[in-house]
Amino acid sequence: MTEPLIYEICQAGRRAVSLPECDVPTTELPEGCERTDLPLPEVAEVDLVRHYVRLSQMNFGIDSGFYPLGSCTMKYNPKVNEVAARLPGYALLHPLQPEDSTQGAMALIYDLQEMLAEIAGFAAVTLQPAAGAHGELTGVLIMRNYLHDRGDTQRNVILVPDSAHGTNPATTSMAGFKVVEVGSDRRGNVDLEKLRDLLAQHGPNLIGMMLTNPNTLGLFDEHIEEVLRLVHEAGGLVYGDGANFNAILGIVKPGELGFDIMHFNLHKTFSTPHGGGGPGSGAVGVSAILADYLPGPVVAVNDEPAAECEPQEFCYRWHTPARSIGRVKAFYGNFGILVRAYTYIRMHGAEGLRAISENAVLNANYLQARLAGAYPIPHGDRICMHEFVAQGTLDGAPGIRTIDIAKRLMDFDMHPPTVYFPLIVTEALMIEPTETESKETMDAFVDVMLRIAEEARTNPELLLGAPHHAPVNRLDEVKAAKDLVLCYAPGC
Amino acid sequence: MNYIPNTDADRQAMLRTIGVQSTADLFRDVPEQRRFPKLNLPPALSEMEVLQELGARGDENDDLGRLSCFLGAGAYNHFVPTVVDFLLHRSEFFTAYTPYQPEISQGTLQAHFEYQSMICALTGMEVSNVSHYDGGTALAEAVIMALQVSRGKRCKVILSPTVNPQYREVIHTYIQGMCLQTAGEGLLETAPGVGLNAAQGGPNGNLLDSLAGLLDRESACVIVQNPDFFGRLYSPAEMQLLADKAHAAGALFVVSVDPISLGLFVPPGQYGADIVTGEGQPMGNPLSFGGPYLGFFTMKSGEVRKSAGRIVGQTVDSDGRRGFVLTLSTREQHIRREKASSNICSNEALNALAAAIYMAAMGKYGLRTVAELSFHKAHYAADLIGRVDGYQVMSAAPFFKEFVVRCPRPVEDINRILLANYGIVGGYDLGRSFPGLSGHMLVCVTELNSRADIELLAEALGEIAEMDAESEVAGD
Repeated sequence: MTEPLIYEICQAGRRAVSLPECDVPTTELPEGCERTDLPLPEVAEVDLVRHYVRLSQMNFGIDSGFYPLGSCTMKYNPKVNEVAARLPGYALLHPLQPEDSTQGAMALIYDLQEMLAEIAGFAAVTLQPAAGAHGELTGVLIMRNYLHDRGDTQRNVILVPDSAHGTNPATTSMAGFKVVEVGSDRRGNVDLEKLRDLLAQHGPNLIGMMLTNPNTLGLFDEHIEEVLRLVHEAGGLVYGDGANFNAILGIVKPGELGFDIMHFNLHKTFSTPHGGGGPGSGAVGVSAILADYLPGPVVAVNDEPAAECEPQEFCYRWHTPARSIGRVKAFYGNFGILVRAYTYIRMHGAEGLRAISENAVLNANYLQARLAGAYPIPHGDRICMHEFVAQGTLDGAPGIRTIDIAKRLMDFDMHPPTVYFPLIVTEALMIEPTETESKETMDAFVDVMLRIAEEARTNPELLLGAPHHAPVNRLDEVKAAKDLVLCYAPGC
Repeated sequence: MNYIPNTDADRQAMLRTIGVQSTADLFRDVPEQRRFPKLNLPPALSEMEVLQELGARGDENDDLGRLSCFLGAGAYNHFVPTVVDFLLHRSEFFTAYTPYQPEISQGTLQAHFEYQSMICALTGMEVSNVSHYDGGTALAEAVIMALQVSRGKRCKVILSPTVNPQYREVIHTYIQGMCLQTAGEGLLETAPGVGLNAAQGGPNGNLLDSLAGLLDRESACVIVQNPDFFGRLYSPAEMQLLADKAHAAGALFVVSVDPISLGLFVPPGQYGADIVTGEGQPMGNPLSFGGPYLGFFTMKSGEVRKSAGRIVGQTVDSDGRRGFVLTLSTREQHIRREKASSNICSNEALNALAAAIYMAAMGKYGLRTVAELSFHKAHYAADLIGRVDGYQVMSAAPFFKEFVVRCPRPVEDINRILLANYGIVGGYDLGRSFPGLSGHMLVCVTELNSRADIELLAEALGEIAEMDAESEVAGD
């Protein structure tokens, strides 16, 4: 199944929009500025609609089926979120309108700041960062500015575990710091011995540590408080990568454990859709000592009730914290995503949030238990959190790799797990079912995984040639990077 | 309300398979004294209740569905054809993750390849990525790319003072840990004869010449916005001159642009730009109180490997059929880690899809029409407002859809009365970003403003100039 490009179905003179006549006197265009050629497509509305509907049919979303993409928290996206974000009172607001004309939206931002701070145990939250990595940059710059203000301008090292997401070391470099990698121990925790050595070596130059907990092996670090204590004793701060926050809602507050700063992925934990790669939201929470460094503006509220703010009891206003690192984005963040996350939290309440994490962790442990024996699971002796990492190395199937198992899964209308990550597990298959999948769905996935393991031994060609029922067969990624074709000719 | 399908019976069966007694047993690695904290949150609501609450809260805002809007300054109230949001509702698009598994992500990948093609066509450039977070962060990534093109050796960024002030703030935040220093932002206030008048094309100086004067062998790039923050449109000839000077000094020429303006005017790819970025929101994305938007990012093909962000490439499958994949990912954080060109991972993929559908729906005819309507209506508005006693239109040079008006009273007061008495959202108070420009309003006009709206604005401004403090807000 292939679909022509939009440029391949266009015909000069076709139109998909109607626009009004000009109802004012016209003005002559400035000399020498007018463009003579605008090579955009010309299509009829019906053809446009069919084109994108057919493209959508060549895509797989959560609504299409099981999507156990580890580290990405592909949970069901409630449809009410979409209605909420499109209410005219939110979708049709200009970000620079006077404050008194947007009090309802500002109240929503304020409440979401407060709710996220409460859920994760932080003193203050900014909603401005647009994605997890954007939140990381915000967080590391906050650490930098705080330590510089303390007079520690020589500090330039950030410790990053070898199991970390690639964004952690990339963020560290972007902020101008040096990455020092920390190894993991045999049980998948931060290796305390190595950590002590590195702290002894880099202590005076330490900015701090970026730590994902539960980590990307799906494991809650068994010495988390010790790790935090050691980094703090060396004068560093600890940044929490909140990508895996879905495991610990109502289970533990990172701020209470001692994390100084953390980003949330509202598009993972709080059910806002991933949109094929974005938009996300990377809200950042900080402890009290860092609250003055948040990017501005955040929403603040006056201390006294004020009559002029009716129907609100208080007036909400924009506030830029005193020692702010500066803006990381125009305006206030991905507001439409914030409305969705707010809706989700309001529908769950405290008990509902804890149920999310309990069920996410229960589902992951159930899948881990059922796949044990059929696939190697390096840390299968431990209780996992919301995800676990298996391997695509099967006894009796030497020519089969993780990629082949992943592609074969597509033939059963299931999205593959995350593959080849984390980097410290060879042939990794990182599986995260989330709480919104039923036992039957997971049982069906296990049946398919067991069948594929059997096929790998008896009929490996089936895997090597997979997928067989996807819109296209396996694609040549090497050719794509070598013979670059990055846009269609009319614009090139 | 939650979205958990499993029943207590399911959970019991699953716990038996795992071999533990209760779900609480799954959390024994969590320090006991910190385990299961109380969350002080408002009680859970049903779907019906949450919609009622959100609706009531939304109604407390003065939304543009009920008002006429003359506010722009980086976020624009353009018409979004029905078909755009209708197609965005296809959940195969909006509930998909990043297309890491291309065989079952051809919809996203092809749509993004088409997005890249149309953005290149619009800007006159050769390569586009699949978006940054917004226009400001796209411009910051352009600065970083310019530094990387110079192999980290050129640490000066020449930044026009008429680039959107919020974008300039974002650049300053991003570059804190790098060698980079900016120059040029002070020109608006300090250079002899170069004030707003000059920025607007007045007789006493030329801002582009002043920027060119800052070029040296340390300069990584020159950044100009066109039309600039005040709406002023620089001609291709003026821009080409600056491009040539930048290139002669070995610097990149970076242009931030309003995509709607390119329906009508010569694109930066035809006047020497090396990188073209901008805010894509005006193309099919609602204002949504500032986000999510998308930053588009295009370049000449030579330095694509130094750029950041996801890029879709064309290839073939094992049967030789055309297909699409994410490519050049060896630049990116998940492969290169600390050596990556940027830390960006999630982008604004769905907003890029909206922009793609918008460009395809508008097409050659529609985008030009939208740009023409905006241009003519803005000039009509400037003409009317210029005749109102007490107001002076400062924009002498060519402008696109925004222009500067000097007002007889504080802009904040005018806007308060416009909203309360006339149902009009007035223009941007330039004093908020430029201390020297208090009392100046940046007025924005698009195809959504009817002739009647424009005439009412001019009439209202006239009445407000005459009003005394007592009679300001009617019926309040």
